[in-house]
Amino acid sequence: MTVEITEEPKGVHGMGHKIRRKEDIRFLLGKGNYVDDIKLPGMVYLAFVRSPYAHAKIKSINVEKAKTLPGVIDIITGKELEKVGLAWIPTLMGDKMMVLPTDKVVYQGQEVVAVIAEDRYKAYDAASLIEVEYEPLEPVTDPKKALEQSSPIVRPDKNTNLVFKWEAGNKEETDKLFKEADVVVSQGFYYQRLHVAYMEPVGSIAHYDPVSGKLTIWMTSQAPHVVRTVFSLVTKIPENKIRIISPDIGGGFGGKVYVYPGYVVSAHASIKLGRPVKWIATRSEDMRSTAFARDYHIHGEIAAKKDGTILALRIKVISDHGAFFGDANPSKFSAGLFSICTGSYDIKAAHVEVVGAHTNKPPGGIAYRCSFRVTEAAYAIERLVDILAHELGMDPAELRLKNFIPPEKFPYKSALGWTYDSGNYAAALKKAMDKIGYWELRKEQEEKRKRGELMGIGISSFTEIVGAGPADLFDIVGIKMFESAEIRIHPTGKVIARFGTRAQGQGHETTYAQIISEILGIPVEDIIIEEGDTDTCPYGLGTYASRSTPTAGAAAAVSAKKILDKAKKIAAHLLEAREEDIVYEKGRFYVKGSPDKFKTIQDVALAAYTNPPPGIEAGLEAITYYNPPNMTFPFGSYICVVDIDKGTGQIKVRKFVAVDDCGNIINPVIVDGQIMGALTMSFGTAFLEEIRYDENGNIYGGSFAEYMIPTAIETPKWELDKTITPSPHHPLGAKGVDESATVGSPAAFVNAVVDALWHLGVRHIDMPLWPWKIWQILKEKGAVSDE
Amino acid sequence: MFIMYPAQFNYFAPKSVDETLELLDKFRDDAKILAGGQSLIILMKLRLFSPKNIIDINKIPGLSYIKEEEGYLKIGALTRYSDLEYSDLIKSRYPLLYESIKHLADPIVRNVGTVGGNVCHNDPGNNLPSVMLAYNAEFLVKSISKQRVIKAIDFFIGPYQTALQSNEMVVEIRIPVQEPKNSGAYMKLERRAGDFAIVASAVNVSIDDNGYLKKVGIALGAVGSTAIKADKAEEFLIGKKADKEVIKKASEIASEQTNPSSTPFGPSAEYKKAMAKVLTFRAFKNALRKVGVEI
Ligand SMILES: Cc1cc2nc3c(=O)[nH]c(=O)nc-3n(C[C@H](O)[C@H](O)[C@H](O)COP(=O)(O)OP(=O)(O)OC[C@H]3O[C@@H](n4cnc5c(N)ncnc54)[C@H](O)[C@@H]3O)c2cc1C
Repeated sequence: MTVEITEEPKGVHGMGHKIRRKEDIRFLLGKGNYVDDIKLPGMVYLAFVRSPYAHAKIKSINVEKAKTLPGVIDIITGKELEKVGLAWIPTLMGDKMMVLPTDKVVYQGQEVVAVIAEDRYKAYDAASLIEVEYEPLEPVTDPKKALEQSSPIVRPDKNTNLVFKWEAGNKEETDKLFKEADVVVSQGFYYQRLHVAYMEPVGSIAHYDPVSGKLTIWMTSQAPHVVRTVFSLVTKIPENKIRIISPDIGGGFGGKVYVYPGYVVSAHASIKLGRPVKWIATRSEDMRSTAFARDYHIHGEIAAKKDGTILALRIKVISDHGAFFGDANPSKFSAGLFSICTGSYDIKAAHVEVVGAHTNKPPGGIAYRCSFRVTEAAYAIERLVDILAHELGMDPAELRLKNFIPPEKFPYKSALGWTYDSGNYAAALKKAMDKIGYWELRKEQEEKRKRGELMGIGISSFTEIVGAGPADLFDIVGIKMFESAEIRIHPTGKVIARFGTRAQGQGHETTYAQIISEILGIPVEDIIIEEGDTDTCPYGLGTYASRSTPTAGAAAAVSAKKILDKAKKIAAHLLEAREEDIVYEKGRFYVKGSPDKFKTIQDVALAAYTNPPPGIEAGLEAITYYNPPNMTFPFGSYICVVDIDKGTGQIKVRKFVAVDDCGNIINPVIVDGQIMGALTMSFGTAFLEEIRYDENGNIYGGSFAEYMIPTAIETPKWELDKTITPSPHHPLGAKGVDESATVGSPAAFVNAVVDALWHLGVRHIDMPLWPWKIWQILKEKGAVSDE
Repeated sequence: MFIMYPAQFNYFAPKSVDETLELLDKFRDDAKILAGGQSLIILMKLRLFSPKNIIDINKIPGLSYIKEEEGYLKIGALTRYSDLEYSDLIKSRYPLLYESIKHLADPIVRNVGTVGGNVCHNDPGNNLPSVMLAYNAEFLVKSISKQRVIKAIDFFIGPYQTALQSNEMVVEIRIPVQEPKNSGAYMKLERRAGDFAIVASAVNVSIDDNGYLKKVGIALGAVGSTAIKADKAEEFLIGKKADKEVIKKASEIASEQTNPSSTPFGPSAEYKKAMAKVLTFRAFKNALRKVGVEI
């Protein structure tokens, strides 16, 4: 089936309708309920003393002055946590991480001592009175150096900085094809360290009830159920006595999958003090200590024939994980799904190798699709293909069209083992080319070049892999990556549905309602969606990696269909007919041949409680734990046009067309919103954002004064379009879409800039593409202007 | 470095300039005036700076005005950027000032930040110090015992440093009223809209009826420990006819007067110097175009 997109809401607002987001009203009115909005009686505040050093021995901690400050309630150190077995906790990747250090600190900004006080001001006043004596140790911030014999060792509990070595593909076959190739193109890329800079920094409120022994934690978590299980395993508190509530969350982007020391210490403090303890990171604390993205040193090679046929791909990566391996990959995939790096192309053989290193930097390569490494993969292949086209003197669009996996080859088994569900890559690229006027732009570029003006056109035709996942392949700390949906229809026909996912801005309250509405014919207004409370919602793995619609969306569809099966039986009873003779059309049941005499789903719901057929249980509800048969593979083609100022090196994105294909679309405005947001974030990646560390481990880019996220002023106008290639295995034909543009667009920006400069002898420039970098290159090539 | 909650301080909200001056005289180095707060409050929240006494001047009437009088454009110290932004007088007769305000931070900051605060804070990246140098502005300064006028060139001393004594405050900013054939332009290179300048160039220029340069003010921001007046370039230009070669030469002279340092992981000193030249050239080009001269 292909879902039609309709402008005006009509009927019951099922799939394809551009209805407004149900959740927005509370956000627009300022009535959202974030962790920091919650105030409990008797609540106290936690603040951390943080390390100024990247690597140092803790010689002593003197808390005397702080202790006597009025309003200070408690001071907690690593030594105290050690006694209750909480100084270290496991990470989601089978590594361990410090909650508070006992002997040494391993990155600048690390939590060292916690202070609990009556208010935040006092907590920070006390924190500034705590004297920690450090003995600085030599740090290592470059992962390549970290892997050398002579490097200082980051971890006190390890004798190496090597985190893992991981490879995929057929090395021999790949090497053979490289030998036979006419052309081999190779290039190094550094994908810089980023922070997602969500609107709401991380935080928690832990509330331990000493009478019932129940620990409730409000937490900025994208995956509350998994956190509950991990908390229970670590603390030995029975899992039914832990309740995690993720209230409204101001953006997560993966950064809120991680379990932060603040969550753990606030819980410990609440148990100890018998009072609710609130911890909210300040922006600077958050930027400097929470999960980063990227920091990937990629070396890629691509082998091709003279005519442009791509033969093979070889990629080597050194990935920087900081002090702890705190990614959130499925446990069998140390480098996430990086093996999607053959992208949209029919490549015969490929081999990839990833080596992970510890450095004296904060941990947690999670954010922005980082654990799954799809963004890095798409960037590598799309840059390599572009360089290949330029080397061969072929048009980059034509080279892509020549090498795309053709539509008839789907389902397609990639050289690195993935089975792509569906795709039509040429259709998306051609649509983008038509929309932007590709060939006219190429002409314009030629003319401009004659006049010495710098204009570039960049393409990226990416393939995504989302919706983890088939449970036999994917698990997080052993928990299979299924997803859940529970639908309850009340006697009066109103619905409440609960999920194991947790939206952070994605619009689940609308999208899921539309899915249920599509199948059950109940108006969207009558459907309430709840997520994020582990006491009330069914167990789920959470929302990240664009997995919610592919997994929870499918679970909702399956639950709705289960309800429909029962509803048909009840309708048959009400219409005094045989079940086989009942016809169902969105929300109505009738006997074949007499559509005028019908029962609505609401009639059926009432009957389910007041007049159930003999032999059938009362009630109308269903729950599903959906195990997807495969991932979904959204794709798209982006084209970017840039102009470069030869005087200053500034780049202007003049035009940007994005054609996305995420299968059937549930709500087109939500999908467009996700794409625009992701494009804007990646625009930041390409041009503005980076976190750097000097040799001593000092951070650059740890606050919004230095870390530049784009504003509306420089953000280009995004021109969006779609093709629709439904997923054959998803119950609704839908695919995930959240991160498509994050994955796809960085290469488009860089390709455009390099395209503008190729004739000057420029092959590659690492992001962010700051004007001074461009100017330096122009200067070296003798192309700067002084006007 | 990680804190966003200021340390304790005493708060005073005087109702007059005299009362303010008394408090300043009493506390001296232990007090700071709070104007728009767009720099001071941030420093306090980060605890980079924890003054014991805060003297909030926002409750003082009569410190916010824009008027031409006695050959000067007079701006009250507490005048907000947005007051200038929406003033027809500024927009039509002081293009350099107008453009520099349009490129200052974002609308939220512009609604609160003050002209007095901007020049007194004297962040090397601030917009207004270079503008004041290009205009040859003067500042009316008061203390409990005396009143004096300080020329812009004597006022900006170093990063976050001015000629003010700890018991003095700026009450008025004075810019000479410009001649009829006057123009100006402000060019600012930013990493991102609303950010502090990587390099900024402020140009104020008047031409005579024959198109010769009569008065020239050039100053550069963010290319030294404080804003730099490019007096050699100004001298070079006086009396010359503006053409491309002359302006380029002047831009180069101006650039040579700068003394930028490289930003770690950011723009190099070489880049900043080159931008000083390019931006000065562009500022002249834009300014001269407004008085009908194309270069
Ligand atoms: C996000 C952001 C972006 C910004 N971008 C820019 C930019 O691009 N360009 C730019 O120029 N500025 C920028 N600023 C700074 C802004 O312009 C400030 O408003 C300015 O630096 C200080 O003015 P204020 O009125 O806010 O002064 P305050 O912060 O209140 O005071 C600053 C200092 O001046 C002193 N002071 C204030 N008034 C007087 C007076 N009358 N007499 C004596 N001392 C006084 C105070 O004691 C204090 O030391 C930005 C600020 C922010 C928050």
